[in-house]
Amino acid sequence: MAKTREINEEVKAEGSKPIIGRILSYTFLAFITVLCLFAFYMLIINATRSNAQLQAGFEVFPRENFFNNFKKAWNDESIPSIPRALLNSFTVAGLSSLLCTYCSALTAYGIHVYDFKLKKPAFTFIMVIMTIPTQVSAVGFIQLLYKIDLMDNYAPLIIPSIAAPAVFFYMKQYIESVLPLEVIEAARVDGSNEFRTFNTIALPMLRPAMAVQLIFSFVSSWNNLFTPNLILSTQSKLTVPVVLSLLRSKMNSQMGDLGEIYMIILLSIIPVVIVYFFVSKNIIQGVTLGSVKG
Amino acid sequence: MKKKSISYAKWGYIFIIPFFLVYFICSIIPLLSTFYYSFFEYYENGLDVIGPTFAGFDNYIALFTPTKSGNIKLLDCTYNTMIMWIMGAVPQIVVAMVLALIFTSTRLKIKGQRFFKTVIYMPNLIMASAFAMLMFTLFSNVGPVNQIIQGITGETFNFFRNTWSARTLVAFVNFLMWFGNTTILFMAGIMGIDQSLFEAASIDGATSTQVFFKVTLPLLMPIIVYTLITALIGGLQMFDVPQLLCGGSGDPNGTTCTLVMYLNSFLSGYRNYGMAGALSVILFIITGILSFIVYRSLVTDESKGGKK
Repeated sequence: MAKTREINEEVKAEGSKPIIGRILSYTFLAFITVLCLFAFYMLIINATRSNAQLQAGFEVFPRENFFNNFKKAWNDESIPSIPRALLNSFTVAGLSSLLCTYCSALTAYGIHVYDFKLKKPAFTFIMVIMTIPTQVSAVGFIQLLYKIDLMDNYAPLIIPSIAAPAVFFYMKQYIESVLPLEVIEAARVDGSNEFRTFNTIALPMLRPAMAVQLIFSFVSSWNNLFTPNLILSTQSKLTVPVVLSLLRSKMNSQMGDLGEIYMIILLSIIPVVIVYFFVSKNIIQGVTLGSVKG
Repeated sequence: MKKKSISYAKWGYIFIIPFFLVYFICSIIPLLSTFYYSFFEYYENGLDVIGPTFAGFDNYIALFTPTKSGNIKLLDCTYNTMIMWIMGAVPQIVVAMVLALIFTSTRLKIKGQRFFKTVIYMPNLIMASAFAMLMFTLFSNVGPVNQIIQGITGETFNFFRNTWSARTLVAFVNFLMWFGNTTILFMAGIMGIDQSLFEAASIDGATSTQVFFKVTLPLLMPIIVYTLITALIGGLQMFDVPQLLCGGSGDPNGTTCTLVMYLNSFLSGYRNYGMAGALSVILFIITGILSFIVYRSLVTDESKGGKK
């Protein structure tokens, strides 16, 4: 289909040669690309320079202190341990994205496949709560956590991800487009129970959507500052964004070793960037699918 | 359909119960108790906890009472949040529209689209805290930007002592994080427009400017409105970027302090649950109104999809 469209376009474009338009467009795209990448380029370059080199002036090329900075960032005992924070963030983001994706698929499947009295109200309810920000219930959430003694614990960062309206909505859209009800009927005839049908027949069909949402929910948990900042207090339990926020408040009085700071920032974004470059195509498709019905 | 002798309805409930149970415990109960505590005097004073004692609307009145300097912090924070949101959202919409038009143009036939899309979407996934921290370091007095400025003018410029440069930086980071996302949404919208409309317009001799204003823009309006409102809801929650870029109190002099940073200030250190509760209720009402508009637009989308 894309082919025929291209041919049509070629026929149409014949005669008019938008050379100036193309030059302008590529110039604009180049400018935007530089705008997006400049800060990250500086980050990488500056992570290879020592504090003294950084203080001395602006430079465009890398230096030789990458591993020195890495060692400093990795072993610094005056700040919460960086490898520990990375591990903590991995644990929290990993578990919550798995739970979030699986349970959202479960909910979407339940609402799509079965007919029950509260089906419509349940769907409407989820759509209504979709845009309520988590921050507005923070006061009550903290109170609750004090009561059930779960402050400074990972559970309140992981468990709530079971109820993720946006992920549910995405899954629901996807299930509608790929899962015929006949397949489920057939599985029933073969004597499969409902959970087995979901796990062994529906889930494999949802794999592409699950993969995209796994990444999105991992990233949003990995990047979350507000809730962990309120809940976690023990230094060895802090996640990466909370450690960054602590470092930032220290920098109000003293900038500290800049090479080390750049390295810490680099370490906190590199996992997501690496994953992104492998799956960027799927992610960009996912953005389109999730928000607008084409 | 007589086949349906076995009812599977109970399985529907079983499948959706985890979602609703968790949402009830982790969001509904906390939300209700937040509302409840907003009517109480309830705060930590050193190691003591004062309250909770019923105080009626005292917390709400306190939020709207001017401080010694004659300012109402709530209104200041609302203004800061809105102004920084607008400074980021306007270029975000404009640049995204230009990019979407360039990418979808049948005349320009831009090559390397995948590369460009990958690049412009990347900032959206970067940890906002890390991005803000990076910008703080780059624009600080000892950062490379000031080293360049010093090389040219001989003086450094403190970006975080000037209200407008600090706000511009916050808006700039928000812009960078979100314009790629908006571009992709607009592209999907433009590609969804019936090609024959463009063809008809060009047969009628419309210029590309006319096509944009008379065909593309009106048909994209629903998506633009949807994007704007979801961006506004996101903007009201602005926290990580100003918090790490301008410090917890919103340097200089609280002029970059957003509503959620204000809320956060009641919840970190010595907590004031009453005031935080009242502020949360106000935030909830604002987002509630905006959400209602989004919900309406989503639901009409749904029914359109069904009719296809």
